[in-house]
Amino acid sequence: MAELPQMMRAFGVTFLSMFRKVTTEQYPEEKVPTQERFHGKHQLNRHPDGLEKCVGCELCAWACPADAIYVEGASNEEGGRFSPGERYGRVYQINYLRCIGCGLCIEACPTRALTMTNEYELADNSRTKLIYEKEDLLAPIQPGMVQPPHSMIDDFVAQDYYDGKVKGASAEQFAEVELIKQKNQGM
Amino acid sequence: MTLTSDNKQTNIENSITATIDGIQVQVPKGTLIIRAAERMGTFVPRFCDHPALAPVAACRMCLVEIEGMPKPQPSCAIALTEGMNVKTQMTSTVAQEAQAGVMEFLLINHPLDCPVCDKGGECPLQNQAMTAGRAESRFDIEKRTFPKPIELSTEILLDRERCVECARCTRFSEEIAGDPFIELLERGAKQQVGIATDEPFNSYFSGNTVQICPVGALTSSSYRFRSRPFDLVSVPTTCEHCASGCSLRTDYRRETVMRRLAWEDPAVNEDWNCDKGRFAFAYLKENRLTQPKVRTKNGNQVDALWPDAIDFAVKGLLQAKGKVGVLLGGRLTMEDAYAYSKFARLALATNDIDFRNRVNSEEEQDFLGSVVAGSGGSVTYADLEKAQNVVLVNFEPEEESPIIFLRLRKAAQKGNLKVTAIAPYLTRSLEKINAEVVATKPGDEAKVLRGLKIAQESIILVGERAAATPGTLSAVIEIAEKTNSKLSWIPRRAGERGAVEIGALPNLLPGGRPVTEVSARNDVGAIWGVNGSEIPNKPGRNHSEIIHAALNGEIKALVIAGLDVMDAPDPQALGQAINAVDFVITLGIQENSLTRYANVSLPVAPVTEKSGTFINWEGRPRPFGRAITSTNALTDARVLAMMAESLGLDFGLQTIEELRQELSSFGSWNGKKLDKPSVASGGAANVSVGSAILSTWNLLLDDGALQKGEEHLAGTQRPVIAHLSEKTAAENNLVTGDKVTISNSRGSIIIKLEIIEMVNDVVWIPSNNHDSKVKSKLGAKEGDVVTIHKGSF
Repeated sequence: MAELPQMMRAFGVTFLSMFRKVTTEQYPEEKVPTQERFHGKHQLNRHPDGLEKCVGCELCAWACPADAIYVEGASNEEGGRFSPGERYGRVYQINYLRCIGCGLCIEACPTRALTMTNEYELADNSRTKLIYEKEDLLAPIQPGMVQPPHSMIDDFVAQDYYDGKVKGASAEQFAEVELIKQKNQGM
Repeated sequence: MTLTSDNKQTNIENSITATIDGIQVQVPKGTLIIRAAERMGTFVPRFCDHPALAPVAACRMCLVEIEGMPKPQPSCAIALTEGMNVKTQMTSTVAQEAQAGVMEFLLINHPLDCPVCDKGGECPLQNQAMTAGRAESRFDIEKRTFPKPIELSTEILLDRERCVECARCTRFSEEIAGDPFIELLERGAKQQVGIATDEPFNSYFSGNTVQICPVGALTSSSYRFRSRPFDLVSVPTTCEHCASGCSLRTDYRRETVMRRLAWEDPAVNEDWNCDKGRFAFAYLKENRLTQPKVRTKNGNQVDALWPDAIDFAVKGLLQAKGKVGVLLGGRLTMEDAYAYSKFARLALATNDIDFRNRVNSEEEQDFLGSVVAGSGGSVTYADLEKAQNVVLVNFEPEEESPIIFLRLRKAAQKGNLKVTAIAPYLTRSLEKINAEVVATKPGDEAKVLRGLKIAQESIILVGERAAATPGTLSAVIEIAEKTNSKLSWIPRRAGERGAVEIGALPNLLPGGRPVTEVSARNDVGAIWGVNGSEIPNKPGRNHSEIIHAALNGEIKALVIAGLDVMDAPDPQALGQAINAVDFVITLGIQENSLTRYANVSLPVAPVTEKSGTFINWEGRPRPFGRAITSTNALTDARVLAMMAESLGLDFGLQTIEELRQELSSFGSWNGKKLDKPSVASGGAANVSVGSAILSTWNLLLDDGALQKGEEHLAGTQRPVIAHLSEKTAAENNLVTGDKVTISNSRGSIIIKLEIIEMVNDVVWIPSNNHDSKVKSKLGAKEGDVVTIHKGSF
């Protein structure tokens, strides 16, 4: 019977923990916000006028230790560009079956085009659905932006975009996109 | 320690002894310090130094300490002298600090864009900044920037802020290519490479500047931002464009060729290649055929499985048995051409096979059989470099075999080579090799040659265009024998010399064996496993005769491979022949006008997807391996083997190894060769006012089938202009800048005129550029008479 006091002590621990505050989260009924710097789903950012920041350099794909990113660049065309400068990412895929959320890709990005959001609900029921395409990753168009393809702001060069001189889409850009829209409807 | 130059033992009397880093070295007199150090294993950092270019000491990166000199000295520009005591960065802090100082200056204005720069990963500046540079920059004010990039030509782009002013590109253009279109402009911090406003960098060798640029300042439009060195898989290959036979490095990624570079080969292309070899590979992806197609009874082409397509093809061939002609192009590898040669003789029992899808003659095939086939290595690049006298007959080196041009220019620059060219005028390329032109009307070549004083033991280079004018090749042989000169035939296409060697001609069997010789047929029969008597013994029809026979019904079926209809001497006649016969089998890589007419169209592998060998103009085998291995494309030889098997023949040749083994078993032919041709010289046609003799050749960059899909390269084509002499122009009331119409009964070409110093009564136009398409529009060849008049119809 020498073990009895030890046993009583153990039961005591169990008994006391019944009065502690529970840490179980009631997910998915209750969604607790993550820490601010949580590595969630990626986002491809835009310049304030709506042009994409990605230049298709593939450094993210190179940095990725899990080989989860696939990028194909293409050349911008004058009048119908997707990003300032010479190139843009024509194909951009992240395979979330492979992604380990390490964030090396966003460190590698030279234009801050790729960042991570706090969104963590990435489960799905098929493998193909977990390969996110460019459309799934691009940041939504905010007020003051226009949907590319369109021109850069008049008299601006790519460097002005990187220097943060662009504050939003110009009237010309709005008019340009409107014109393209009308043309497409007319066809 | 004794250091010797590559090939020869150091002559003790001609060598000096010096000390580098405390180690005594003995080197030939005149050896630069940087080279001597390199040979003992010490790499002195450098940017401007290039072994093929003259020293300039522009970048100052290679500073070393030399005893007795007050300041560090550039080791790339100073030769070692007797007793000199040199200390490199390995043993001298003075040299080390000097180099670090230069590196700091070079990096002041160099952008920090290595992560997105094409050169990143193979960049001497990046590497040497790691070994000789500081970890952190002390330069905290704004860097000098330029708007970027500027176009030096449609193909070459320049990012000026990346440039370290080493002048490798400008020196290459001036010293090696002879096209000084780029130059260093401005002074001080603003110094930059530039072009004249109205004259872009349209050199046929401009791509080499991208390769030798030690930073990412020069890039090509076709590769810029496409991939990085570490993305690429590199494979050594041989260029498929011309008979120069350059070694190339093919870099591919995701099964797509991204770029091609010159691969150093001292015996052939040295460090260089031409822009066509470097940039023209987009055709590999253009309109590729992937599936066999057969024409059904109702006339439609439908996709078929390989076994069905082969059955269908064989059935067609059996129906036309004995009446089948084989037309090949000059682009096939030697192995594939050999398979056609064997297939024609064994399966089709015919000698009606010809690879010359260009101007050709019976005289030429006798010339090829008697002088060229089996004469491997009679003239080499090294011979050209050492030559005293070179005679060019119907051969324009820069346009038709650019590496020969570079060698001739190298020799001419040294000053001991005299080039004599039989040509209608002094072209820019002939000017660059200091050639003396014997102004000759097309047709007069033989006459002029016989009257020309040619030095003993010269080298005579004759181009494929010689076939256009009767008697020229006969005269060339005669002159070569009389003057004891070496003779070499320079075709334009990579596969032509190989096709001669393996007998893809109506009168030749492999190894230069004439079809008419019994022992030759027995020789070949023994290897093919048949009785020599089964090989047809009568010389067959050549290209023009096959077309003629097809038109009058003597030939019922055609096997066509590796050719473009537009290259044919008369595309219209070839088209009619294809329409006239009952059955056409084509083997090719692309879907084009030809495959659409075929009864059976079979896809074959392009050079990147197969192994093979090209024989260059020297007769030097240039084997290459398969670069891209993931496709299932079959070689021509493999397809023919399937057809032969289906005909019940023991054909072999299933694999490249089997093919090469069979080819090597032929050995050399010591029996009787074909008789040398002796055709009387023709003489140029007489022309009156309103007409002229046509002179034409293909420019290196033109609208050829293998240059499709590469617009940036097409942008550097030479301007399309016609040339006339002053007298002929005046007779026809034409002045420079006029539009001139050149026509015959077939059609007409309208292009701009430039009057130059050239032979009278001759009009020169490019063969295949933009509107100037001599074969398809005029169906004419060099030496034909055309009418000329001002303006358009």
